Amino acid sequence: MVKKIIREFSVSYQQVMDEHGNVDSALMPKLSKQQIKQMYKTMVLVRAFDNKAFSLQRQGRIGTYLQVKGQEAAQVGSALALEDKDWVFPMYRSSGALIARKQPIPAVLLYWGGDERGLKSPLEVNNFPIAIPVGTQSLHAVGAAWASKIKGEKTVSLVYLGDGATSKEDCLSSMNFAGVFQTPTIFLVENNQYAISVPRNAQTRAETIAQRSLAFGFEGIQVDGNDIFGVYKATKDAIEKARKGLGPTLIECFTYRLADHSTSDDAKRYRAEQEVAEWLKKDPLERLEKYMRAQGILDDAYKEKALAGAKEKVEKGVEEYENTPPPDPADMFRYMFKEMPPSLKEQYESFLESRKK
Amino acid sequence: MEKINIVQSVNLALRQEMRKDKNVIILGEDVGVNGGVFRATDGLIKEFGANRVIDTPLSELGIIGAAVGMAVNGLKPVAEIQFSGFLYAGFDQIFSHAARIRSRSRGRFTCPLVIRSPAGGGIKALELHCEHGEAIFAHIPGLKVVIPSTPYDTKGLLASAIRDPDPVIFLEPTRIYRAIKEEVPEEDYTVPLGKARIAQEGTDVTLITWGALVKYSLDAVKTIQDTISVEVIDLRTIYPFDVTAILESVKKTGRAVIVHEAPKTGGFAAEIIATINEKALEHLEAPVVRVTGYDTCLPFARTEKEFIPDEQRIVAGIKKVLSY
Ligand SMILES: Cc1ncc(C[n+]2csc(CCOP(=O)(O)OP(=O)(O)O)c2C)c(N)n1
Repeated sequence: MVKKIIREFSVSYQQVMDEHGNVDSALMPKLSKQQIKQMYKTMVLVRAFDNKAFSLQRQGRIGTYLQVKGQEAAQVGSALALEDKDWVFPMYRSSGALIARKQPIPAVLLYWGGDERGLKSPLEVNNFPIAIPVGTQSLHAVGAAWASKIKGEKTVSLVYLGDGATSKEDCLSSMNFAGVFQTPTIFLVENNQYAISVPRNAQTRAETIAQRSLAFGFEGIQVDGNDIFGVYKATKDAIEKARKGLGPTLIECFTYRLADHSTSDDAKRYRAEQEVAEWLKKDPLERLEKYMRAQGILDDAYKEKALAGAKEKVEKGVEEYENTPPPDPADMFRYMFKEMPPSLKEQYESFLESRKK
Repeated sequence: MEKINIVQSVNLALRQEMRKDKNVIILGEDVGVNGGVFRATDGLIKEFGANRVIDTPLSELGIIGAAVGMAVNGLKPVAEIQFSGFLYAGFDQIFSHAARIRSRSRGRFTCPLVIRSPAGGGIKALELHCEHGEAIFAHIPGLKVVIPSTPYDTKGLLASAIRDPDPVIFLEPTRIYRAIKEEVPEEDYTVPLGKARIAQEGTDVTLITWGALVKYSLDAVKTIQDTISVEVIDLRTIYPFDVTAILESVKKTGRAVIVHEAPKTGGFAAEIIATINEKALEHLEAPVVRVTGYDTCLPFARTEKEFIPDEQRIVAGIKKVLSY
């Protein structure tokens, strides 16, 4: 008879840049000044877009919207680590990642304006349509990565998930499949501490989201999700590992949702404003700015130019969105099948007929 | 008496049933502290505590599967699924277990479970927040399917559903959650499952509908009331549906129109028509007309109104059945 410890596990936490913008040079990923500026400009653009989208919703110019605010480093840092041909499986809160992934701003707005055409991504990037049912997209990411592996391609897939999504069966099953079949998949969990009103510690008894991967036999790491260098490095490392055929990685970005869950939510019902105030101090954008200022990459003039540039891009995007001709309602019939079955065709024709009147 | 809307009526029914029977519990996402995203469970955690109003992790399969176990072991769980499109995440538990336990255990175990979910479009919500799946659930033997259309009926039907010894899918018409206010008695009353309501009497044609489209059908009928007398039946329970009420009306009018939001093929109208054909074909003066959604994905907010039967399509359907 024997009782002994047969396995022990540990979970690591990684932060490359602290709240004051100081960087650990041993951990700092290789990035040119150009790349750092690109990161900054993208984050500024995402923030400007997000604020604009919120006010468009309030003015009734788009429908429900779910804000990125506070999670820009997690989204932009991970998205910029990928190649265009890699696959991204976004969720509803992934507007920042999508914008970083060349999804045109008018398209993002079309989607939130209630128009299917907004889900069609540009051909040069593999951006899957946003998933609305929480966690469902995780299996698709595994399947797509698996296909790449079977076909002998080097592309990887990355799925964006919330902390709440990790409670879903599809998400857990996807991790199991990824582990068993060693698919080149990155599970990028933005742990923003809430699933609507449900706080992170009521979502799972596990102390970290990162450790959930351990049960499925692959590595998980928690990173400071408001540290864009940390997120970028963890993603780059995971991508490199995946491209080498060494399987999946879970990255938990420890971050915070600074806005309400959605434009229909009122977070004051379930969280203290003091908590929000504390996290505001950890703003990912300000952090990068501090670093760049200290390094002499950014000054007031540069910052103003970046803000103005972002504003212009967003305004142009809004204009293009609002000038897009309205969708043709008959399109609802046209994308159901390659060939319309007779009964559907009959409905389609009577629909067209009724619209003539 | 205070006038309340459908959400408030859901809340009142839950509160009263929970006061009456300590085995009634609520579970779901954001139903506790947040009071539900539509506020249907607002304030209940305060009165009944976190043991009876339970915020769960994010898993519809978990919610419904665990509720099945609770129901089998003596509780009366009322599970809230935040939006109708997410019912399918729990489908396996509904289809394979909730609906079958009584039969599989030859009556040893039962499943007095209510699954509440908002349903229906016309609210400019996101995709998969608005689908109308009543026919899918009605097709599963062992489930009851209920859709109220007024605040009064909501309280009475939900009370019946909670007291029912078998699983009930309770679909709430999101579009009219707050659109109608009426007096709802505080006193205990139930509206029986399986009984339709004559929402308006008439003699020329029978219009059968349910959920939010009861209101919009009544509005449509008003525009032609000077020339056409329409009897409007609010089905209220999809399964088991009130065959008697339908046949009585159809025998009187000889003509019927069925209006629903779900897609046409395999929609519940088809079942009603088959029943009329089986039992009252000789009374029909025209083929029954269907006014329904199309066999397409429900379009996103900008075009959803083209999908959902509106006043114009409802009136056209009535005229069609009359001009046969
Ligand atoms: C399957 C499913 N259930 C419920 C919902 C409603 N809902 C939308 S977002 C959300 C919370 C998700 O939380 P999390 O995964 O942590 O992501 P976050 O929104 O915080 O980014 C819920 C319950 C949904 N979209 N899909």
